[in-house]
Amino acid sequence: MDRHSSIPGRNPAPRDADAAGETAKGSVMLVHAVGMHARPAVKLTKLAKRFSAKVAVRVAGAADWIDAKSVAKVMAMRASPESIIEFEARGADAQAAVNALVSLVALDFPDMAR
Amino acid sequence: MSDTVSIVIVSHSPDVARGAADMVRQMVGSEVKVAFCGGNVEGGLGTSVPHIMEAIDAAWSPRGVAILVDLGGAETNSEMAVELLPAERRSLVVVCNAPIVEGAVMAATEAAGGSPLDRVRAVAEELSAD
Repeated sequence: MDRHSSIPGRNPAPRDADAAGETAKGSVMLVHAVGMHARPAVKLTKLAKRFSAKVAVRVAGAADWIDAKSVAKVMAMRASPESIIEFEARGADAQAAVNALVSLVALDFPDMAR
Repeated sequence: MSDTVSIVIVSHSPDVARGAADMVRQMVGSEVKVAFCGGNVEGGLGTSVPHIMEAIDAAWSPRGVAILVDLGGAETNSEMAVELLPAERRSLVVVCNAPIVEGAVMAATEAAGGSPLDRVRAVAEELSAD
């Protein structure tokens, strides 16, 4: 499937990027049974690294944004199941990055083709 | 397959080395080459310089090789193995100061994104930074 497509029934990433069109945000519920542990964290980081945009992630309401490309930091998030994960990306492919990451979480971290 | 930094795992125990390599393959995937060795030449616990050199050779990538080790001798023998490499390869192999399992998974994750060797090492070593 096209990993950039939005997921029906899920909270879609808003498309109200700023004037430069280089900022994107999105949020999604973490449905993984054990939360954001090692394996999901590796998948999220690997996917984030495919994009040139700077990508930040946090559990909704958390004080600090985390670099989504840092596997150590993402693993340390310890997001629990059914928490809301927020993404914020800046850069040329920011919207694509947010869409892909929201899809990854919404689909419960499916295996990705390279 | 050789467009990423590779990972070599050196443990005193062949079971630990194999298990850590399995974790990398299953969690990160197959795009990063992983080689491992463990045990001394008699088959007991320990590490062996020739085995480490073979593992480096098996994992070789022109982007470089990051070695993850467990205890004392694994580190000194890995450093010795690096010194015995041909001069042109020596600067492309580093021994990371990181926990062996966590370091291997995180280094491989960073390597999978195409990062250079110094970045891969830095990510593994983030774990022991504080």
